[in-house]
Amino acid sequence: MAVEEVLVVERLRKEFGGLIAVNDVDFTVPRGSIVSLIGPNGAGKTTFFNMLTGMYPATSGRIVFEGTDVTEKPPHAITALGVGRTFQNIRLFQQMTALENVLVGMHARLNGGILTSILGTPGVRREERNAHARARELLQFSGLRGRDDELARNLPYGDQRRLEVARALATNPKLLLLDEPTAGMNPQETAAFTGFVDKLRSEEKLTVLLIEHDMRVVMGISDRVTVLDYGEKIAEGTPHEVQTDERVIEAYLGRGAA
Amino acid sequence: MSEGTSTERPTRAQHPSGGTFDFITGPWQRLPERVRAWAPLAIVLTVAVLYPYMVDDLKSFTTIGDFFPALDSAVYILVFTMMALGLNIVVGYSGLLDLGYVAFYAAGAYTAGWLASGQFQQVSFHFGSVGIQRDTEGIHVSVWLVLLIAGSFTAIVGILIGLPTLRLRGDYLAIVTLGFGEIIPQVVRNGDSFGGFNVTNGTFGINPIDSPGFGSTLNDSVGLPVNFQQSFDKFRLFYWGILVLILITVFCSWRLRDSRLGRAWIAIREDETAAAAMGIPLMRTKTWAYAIGAFFGGVAGAYYASFKSGAFPSDFYFNISVFLLCMVILGGMGSIWGVLAGGIILSWLNIQGLAVLGDKFNDATGRNFEIAKYQFGIYGTIIVLMMLFRPTGLIPERRHKRELEEGVHDETFFDVSH
Repeated sequence: MAVEEVLVVERLRKEFGGLIAVNDVDFTVPRGSIVSLIGPNGAGKTTFFNMLTGMYPATSGRIVFEGTDVTEKPPHAITALGVGRTFQNIRLFQQMTALENVLVGMHARLNGGILTSILGTPGVRREERNAHARARELLQFSGLRGRDDELARNLPYGDQRRLEVARALATNPKLLLLDEPTAGMNPQETAAFTGFVDKLRSEEKLTVLLIEHDMRVVMGISDRVTVLDYGEKIAEGTPHEVQTDERVIEAYLGRGAA
Repeated sequence: MSEGTSTERPTRAQHPSGGTFDFITGPWQRLPERVRAWAPLAIVLTVAVLYPYMVDDLKSFTTIGDFFPALDSAVYILVFTMMALGLNIVVGYSGLLDLGYVAFYAAGAYTAGWLASGQFQQVSFHFGSVGIQRDTEGIHVSVWLVLLIAGSFTAIVGILIGLPTLRLRGDYLAIVTLGFGEIIPQVVRNGDSFGGFNVTNGTFGINPIDSPGFGSTLNDSVGLPVNFQQSFDKFRLFYWGILVLILITVFCSWRLRDSRLGRAWIAIREDETAAAAMGIPLMRTKTWAYAIGAFFGGVAGAYYASFKSGAFPSDFYFNISVFLLCMVILGGMGSIWGVLAGGIILSWLNIQGLAVLGDKFNDATGRNFEIAKYQFGIYGTIIVLMMLFRPTGLIPERRHKRELEEGVHDETFFDVSH
């Protein structure tokens, strides 16, 4: 059964002590779409992401990915099912090369065990050769040609962002979560990145869920936009619908602006 | 946004091999890459294998002759270096600060004590043992097999210690492992009456422990020694034995480092949260690091117990854990060559170097200064100086997490227990 919705979130809630960071949010992501999650700072967007990827346990509610309930699953299991993510503040493995970063992303897709790795069996050698070739491809695809052997920490900022995406792609995701991918990029880099995300959908057949502050990016590539404010979903719809929604304008600009 | 495009550029791409010996420039640089990659290993290995033949000549030199370790000291040095290599997998690769590694040494040594001595007089079980009367009491399994069993048993101990402790991070993990490092020696010290059953023989320890060997069949056919301990060449044999074990350890460390598992360990060391998001199961991967690190500690412990022909609780004190950690830090965390160097230097200083240096100092100055008494002060000073002037170690790993410079660790971002 091909589920039309890749991700279904039902009444998802997260409380930190008395603070309700995410308040009973219902949310769906259709297959093959680019969905943006926007909202003022502190609206609960990243908390929402962290629950989707198993990093925070949800207080209540349900997360269903590809028909599987993943609400209680640990991060590595959710990644193995096909959810890849990047981080708002870049979290590369700084002391590893670009190539190694991508290889780590493939962890769940490789089988090399302890004994077979020590012995260097033909199977493991073949797997490693293929993995290296695939990792180089991904680096090229992400615009990091020739950067394979550079340590992640030595890459320029824009390239570090690209490497985060390449690493997330290496997990072979069906759904890619990007947390403010264009933060700190200049307009040229942002434009290039927007094109890149579009390419992910058209060439890699990925579904993308995006947290983004840059409205040109959001309005340019999103099929759907969801707006969070104080942990609550206040609007949802096409970019145009959301842009004209009174509550959204109020959340961003304050009462009276509308 | 100008901070967006960092101008920081690497001067040169780091190369995986070479690098270590860059300081020998000139003619060295003109050698082919392949030769340069393997030459240091070939030279070190040749010297190491031939050392038993050279040691008498070397020791007869005036002045510097005293600095060369005798073969029994060399066995001690290599045993502790092997343990440092095992600890390197836990601390260097995976970044898990373990202050209780001595527990693994003890577990290995006592496994040898149980399976290759007269400890359990109630039974008489012989399996492949050499140089022992057939009717001797106790369990006597071939020491080669005991090494393997000791490694496996210690790996299981590692997993058992790891399951509750590896949920912790940074300082907390260090403190709990420190506790286990104290508990296990106490258990063996008081283990002479577990429900009336004498398991560890208490403070007296277990001795004698059998020695490795090849038995009379192989001796008759190809001339391999029957039993190391009873052989005329016993120190040479034990030396070569530990040399082989070290080589196996180095080989495994090297292969694992470049494997899927090794990458996962280093990823966890670099950023645990990101590693989990990349599909790495944290608990399982960390537990494997513990188990494999423990395995080598157990094998080394069992071998050393067989060499000394005894396992005594007084051997397993906390200082050893710190001592091994110093070797890893001195050499360079995560660096195989570095840990080999650090291990050899520190254990040499411990068993011989400091005493010899003290004597030289006293001879030269006419004082009577017992330098060996100040050993831990001296090691502490070495570590402090290293941290100040070369925090990445003698031979740093290509990529080195400056954990001790940067302080400890991010906050717990999610619960790793599930």
